[in-house]
Amino acid sequence: MMRAFFRVAWIVVKKDLTVEVRSLEILSTTIFFAVTVVLMFSFGLVVDGRPLNDVAAAILWVAIAFSGTLALGRTFERERHNDTLRALLLAPADRPALYVGKLAGILLLLALVQVVLVPLVGLLFDAPIFEHGFHLLALLAGGTLGFTAVGTLFAAMLVRARSRDVLLPIMLYPMTVPVMIAGVRGTAALFQPTPNLEVTQFWIALLVFFDVVFVTLALWTFDPVMTD
Amino acid sequence: MLALAAGMFALAPWMINAAPNEATMGLVYKIYFFHMPSAWMFMVAAITSGVASARFLFLKRPSADGWALAAGELAVLFGAFTLVTGPLWARKAWGVWWVWDARLTSSLMLFMIFVAYLLLRKYGGPGADKLGAGMALFGMANVPFIYVSVNYWRTFHPLTSVVPTLPVEMGIPLWYCVTAFTLLFIVLLRMRTRLEHQRARVEALYLLEDES
Amino acid sequence: MGKPHDGGTVMTTQADFERLAVIDLARHYGRRKALSQVNFLCDAGEIIGLLGHNGAGKSTLLNILATLLGASRGRVEYGGRTAAAAGADIRARIGMLGHDLFLYPELTARENLVFFGQLYGLSDVAARVESALHRAGLGDRADDFVSGFSRGMRQRVALERALLHAPRLLLLDEPFTGLDQASNRALVERLRECQQAGCIVVLATHDLDIVDGVLSRSVFLHNGRQVGEPGPGTGLRDRYQKAMSA
Repeated sequence: MMRAFFRVAWIVVKKDLTVEVRSLEILSTTIFFAVTVVLMFSFGLVVDGRPLNDVAAAILWVAIAFSGTLALGRTFERERHNDTLRALLLAPADRPALYVGKLAGILLLLALVQVVLVPLVGLLFDAPIFEHGFHLLALLAGGTLGFTAVGTLFAAMLVRARSRDVLLPIMLYPMTVPVMIAGVRGTAALFQPTPNLEVTQFWIALLVFFDVVFVTLALWTFDPVMTD
Repeated sequence: MLALAAGMFALAPWMINAAPNEATMGLVYKIYFFHMPSAWMFMVAAITSGVASARFLFLKRPSADGWALAAGELAVLFGAFTLVTGPLWARKAWGVWWVWDARLTSSLMLFMIFVAYLLLRKYGGPGADKLGAGMALFGMANVPFIYVSVNYWRTFHPLTSVVPTLPVEMGIPLWYCVTAFTLLFIVLLRMRTRLEHQRARVEALYLLEDES
Repeated sequence: MGKPHDGGTVMTTQADFERLAVIDLARHYGRRKALSQVNFLCDAGEIIGLLGHNGAGKSTLLNILATLLGASRGRVEYGGRTAAAAGADIRARIGMLGHDLFLYPELTARENLVFFGQLYGLSDVAARVESALHRAGLGDRADDFVSGFSRGMRQRVALERALLHAPRLLLLDEPFTGLDQASNRALVERLRECQQAGCIVVLATHDLDIVDGVLSRSVFLHNGRQVGEPGPGTGLRDRYQKAMSA
């Protein structure tokens, strides 16, 4: 029973990866967009040639949120084209498994985006990204998972709705405020001259909690929300 | 019930006037008597909407959707009232319109979630009721997280004290207002839900009328 | 588990059914009636035509039959059981060819078929895909991207995709759109094969001339409502005019 679940999820991930690898369209444009966001915010937040306190953390997470929203929208746009989402729902496969498959694919994409984004932020703001690398990784993983878990559900919900382009950010950003706060404050505590590890660990714990609650909630609600 | 609520509200200014003036602030602090019950009703409305949405999604009760929508609108209504009266009080008490403390920021975030809920229901096209339900449910689940994250966001930095503890003499008008607001909330919720259910009935009748 | 798959015979499993019954079906969107008072039956080995203008409710009806959409009133019974009672397994007995074809243009024909074969949990996917490609006449183009195919070729791949799991119920939404004569004939042939194999085929179209004589029975829809009685599958033009003007 569980094997079938993960098998379906894996098939969906493999398919998404295959499609993406062929053109690399979403990956490259999302990376570029993330870089643009970093630069644009830098113009506003760097005063007298020096960044304001904690700005590196804030810019990093804002870039993650914006580029994440873009990636979510574009991924589901692919399923809307040719109506393949309907074909997926038509299969006798376990629907939460489809959700997990989509989620995993987008997480992978965002992880690759962050491979470029995090060193960039580290470079531009002289942020110590390699000290306490594990903590940073935990923050990024937990935060991206929380954001993407909610985002995947919402983006799937909106595939057949009107005004979906603007509705996704409107719905997603307020809902993922705890993730943003945890991510920014945790990262900021890590980037301080003397990093405060206890604070960071608290935020990591919060993210884990958030992820567990909201992934579970998403798994429960995916089927009722997708059936019309 | 509406008459009772209306009556209580009419009486409220007298009761509030009867409460003693607070030492430093004078008259303005009395906004608090309306602000706090409004905040409570905001929370109650949010939870009601979340619970009704869950019933709609999982138990598949179509009538629950009416409750969810009505409660969502009331959440926005009471939320807006809270977020407006709050700064009016804050300006006098602390000299600023807004501080980024736990309670205020959580309320603002929850408010935004329910505004987004209403926007989704209005502009999302057909089928938006299910989507909205999912969102309201997530919003309700989010409340503890919002509170904790914003709370700890601030406590690692110096914090201005927020809500002063109340002396007993002021308790009476406060609880009076809480009761009045609760009655108002219940009345509005029931009216709006009934309106929503009747709208659904009219649609069903309209559809039925066509059948030959 | 049923007869071995030879591309022709329908697999029989627990969730299988021989008769599809649509009973007093209606679907509303707010005040708009997409469907109302639709009633008909079909048995294995029949091709039923859903005929009507664009916007008559054909797609809505197909989506309800596919269990993707719920009914506002009435019900659909698959062998006496509704979709809710039969559970998710019923979807394994249903295949659909949508108007938008349900294919990933960035994948090859083979990859598309393999993906859906695996998604449906079929055994021996590679062999099935091979024979499906062969039947579609696309053996030599199997490893080309679907984005480079003509409409007719895509249609063939999409149809094989819908038939890969040997469903009992085959739903087709405007399949003759954008096809040339030869492709039309090929499609009709394939549908006849399915019919022989015991499928229930429900075909929504407004191309009356093509399906005249192919259908076992016809159901006419006008503005969501069923008009006329479900009748035979011939003399469609005249009966259509009569039904629409009634």
